[in-house]
Amino acid sequence: MSRPSSATIKTAFIHSLPILSGFLFLGMAYGVYMRTLGFSALYPILMALFIFAGSVEFIMASVLLATFSPMSVLLLIGMISARQIFYGISMLDRFKDTKGLGRLYLISAMTDESFAINYSAKLDDGIDKTWFMLLVTLFLHIYWVTGSAIGSVLTDILPFDFKGSEFAMTALFLVIFLEQWLKEDSHISGLIGLGVSALSLVIFGKDSFLIPAMAGILVLLGVFRSRLRAYH
Amino acid sequence: MTIIEQLITILTAIIAVQFCRHIAFIAFPAHKPIPKFVQYLGKALPAAVFGLLVVYCYKNVHLLEGHHGLPEFIAGLVVIVLHAWRRNMFLSIGVGTCLYMFLVQKFFV
Repeated sequence: MSRPSSATIKTAFIHSLPILSGFLFLGMAYGVYMRTLGFSALYPILMALFIFAGSVEFIMASVLLATFSPMSVLLLIGMISARQIFYGISMLDRFKDTKGLGRLYLISAMTDESFAINYSAKLDDGIDKTWFMLLVTLFLHIYWVTGSAIGSVLTDILPFDFKGSEFAMTALFLVIFLEQWLKEDSHISGLIGLGVSALSLVIFGKDSFLIPAMAGILVLLGVFRSRLRAYH
Repeated sequence: MTIIEQLITILTAIIAVQFCRHIAFIAFPAHKPIPKFVQYLGKALPAAVFGLLVVYCYKNVHLLEGHHGLPEFIAGLVVIVLHAWRRNMFLSIGVGTCLYMFLVQKFFV
């Protein structure tokens, strides 16, 4: 794989920018949170690097303070991360020409945000798609680890109030959902996603709605398969 | 927990996350034909998944107490309207986030 062109690097960086502040601030909040629970700075930094999944890392804080029980950790974290399986299925086609270490990294470090950006980005012809996806993933990874490191090392001297900056993530997903909506003729899939998830949230509550929501989405997409001809 | 138990716990979490990230690619390797239904899912799922992610972001909102999710819904509405109007991702996300930070820090305290 030859080196990426500067246009590719620039495009990837620009696409990663909406996440920069969100990941830095959320990472800082995570670092501060871990330190105030009594963990050394190494914990949030290494978990940011090797887990690289915000929701999982915040939950790991309380898991590490509870009784030792690897099986329940496997189940809990597996359930929170199960939505990653959907990203994988959606990216099978886009990753099919990428091989070796690049492929391994793209898959190992895929987050909600890198999936959303890499799936939805519209790229010009001169841009190397594989390098673009790799660099977006790498930039987000760097933002997240840097944020966690700043938060955990400088816990006591952070001068500003970053309360509310995590909304950048919500805004990103709203924008991407809207882009997808405007692009597609049929809104059945988008409506299924919104409706089933909202219903599941009301019924099962915020800690356990993901799995029923995903099951409901799969069932309905199966049921509506013949109506969703645009996707065949 | 001892240090060793903490290490095992963190390793377990890493394995669980990595399993979810890799399983689709292990089940359907690049050099083999992908079943029709999975191909269909690959195209039909993303729109639904983005809907799921939007709901996921709003999961901590309490409709019946506190501020009834007003800061989240006001800022979210501004993002959608602004984006439908200008189609500029940075503008929509930037304005929405700043507005939300202002709302939760100064207005809905």
